Amino acid sequence: MPIWLYILASVIKSIIVLFVLLTAVAYTVWLERKVVGHMQNRWGPTRVGPFGLLQPAADGIKFLFKEDLTPPHVYKPLYIAAPLIAVIFALTSIAVVPFGNPVVIGPLSVGFSHPVVIGPYAIPLQITTDVNTGLLLILGVTSIGVYGVALAGWSSNNKYSLLGGLRASAQMISYEISLGLSLVGVLIMAGSFSLNDIVKAQQGHFWGFIPRWNIFHGQVIGFFIYLIAAYAETNRIPFDLPEAETELVAGYHTEYSAMKFAMFFMAEYANMITVACVATLLFLGGWNGPIFGPYILQAILPVFWFVAKVFVFLFLYIWVRGTLPRFRYDQLMAFGWKFLLPLALFNLLATAFAVAW
Amino acid sequence: MINIHLILFLAFGAVAVAGAVNLLAQTHPINGALSLIAVMAALAGEYLLLGAEFVAAVQVIVYAGAIMVLFVFVIMLLNAGVEERTKGSRVAIIFGIPGMLLGSLLIAWAVLRYSGTESVAVGALPGAPATIGELLFHEFLLPFEITSILILIAIMGAVVLASKPHPIPQGKER
Repeated sequence: MPIWLYILASVIKSIIVLFVLLTAVAYTVWLERKVVGHMQNRWGPTRVGPFGLLQPAADGIKFLFKEDLTPPHVYKPLYIAAPLIAVIFALTSIAVVPFGNPVVIGPLSVGFSHPVVIGPYAIPLQITTDVNTGLLLILGVTSIGVYGVALAGWSSNNKYSLLGGLRASAQMISYEISLGLSLVGVLIMAGSFSLNDIVKAQQGHFWGFIPRWNIFHGQVIGFFIYLIAAYAETNRIPFDLPEAETELVAGYHTEYSAMKFAMFFMAEYANMITVACVATLLFLGGWNGPIFGPYILQAILPVFWFVAKVFVFLFLYIWVRGTLPRFRYDQLMAFGWKFLLPLALFNLLATAFAVAW
Repeated sequence: MINIHLILFLAFGAVAVAGAVNLLAQTHPINGALSLIAVMAALAGEYLLLGAEFVAAVQVIVYAGAIMVLFVFVIMLLNAGVEERTKGSRVAIIFGIPGMLLGSLLIAWAVLRYSGTESVAVGALPGAPATIGELLFHEFLLPFEITSILILIAIMGAVVLASKPHPIPQGKER
């Protein structure tokens, strides 16, 4: 593939992915308000557009035009940098996520008198090429995202913010260990860090009808450890202690307003989507699913299955939010270190023995 | 021809050096810690250029993502203030800075003189996770295991030091 085509394809893919991701972030917020509303016997947003579908646009405009207050007692450089760090690293981690099989373009003939044949080129459906350490890159980028929350809490110079930031960073470090260990089982089974290889290892069926996804392939415990740890990593209910209203006002983003607050909000939902993508790729078989019909449909269906699985995972997030109460802080830490970590180690050991045997 | 790897190497190197200098110049501990994170991240970029992608990822996850978070955590928890600036001793300025320059020149000269002049090629290191695993568990198994025991001892020491002091039994105060 010539370099200009490579750069062009990367730019187009980045724009599409960023657009889809930001739209998905906005509509996950809408979905959450709607679903939680119905669970609590309310309607949720209904006024702006049909079914309140334009509510995200209204919210966005509101965030842009609200007054951007900067309290006088904050440490300004980090107060401004913190939401940027949070949102940049939340959006970056999607770059290595593959959404489907590579799309083959060409051979195309361009020009009339002297046609030039282009291709065929295989364009991978992810922003970067298939990096060998894709999963590690996601983990690395999300682990840097902790600084956004921690620095926001500290630089606000407010006791509630500081406590929220401390809780968030402690919680994220603690649960990152269980999260990482729950992924190692899948890595042992696939024998690769490459997300494409992990998905390829999950092709096929058991007895002709149960898909060979890792969740049905001995990684049930691993999946549930990942699920719990991921909820804690993204600071969502039942682990949303960093922003527990009853104790900490709003936690680390108490002092933030307007677009700076919206950045934290976007980072939270973008992280949820990344976590859902990783769960889909590692445990739910990625874009594997029934494929049928004409060529166009065959090209679209893998991406459709991928998006459908991500949607199911996000719905689960919202469902859990509508169902469970919040943990106490000591319960959270005891659960993470004394139950989840040993369980993850046991799962890793059992998987290793099963694969070796 | 412009070598893009050379440009990237110089860019990451410049970030690392600038971060290190900034670390010394900053008076606030949290700014110092953040400069150190920039140094770590730039070093990860250099590892990536060498082809050691696994080491680069681990560098970011372990150093920038975990150890430095604990640094920042402690600084936040202690709420350490701005350090006091003194003028510094005149001896340090007169002899220190030229001495440092002379020392680094000497090291650079010695390295260039007495080691192979071949520079390391881009992507020359065995960077694939499988290769590193094989090296760790076959060739360097003993050092690897000894290191893990060392770390275990350090963890146990930290637990002993951090745990609550035992209450002094009655009648044994003196």
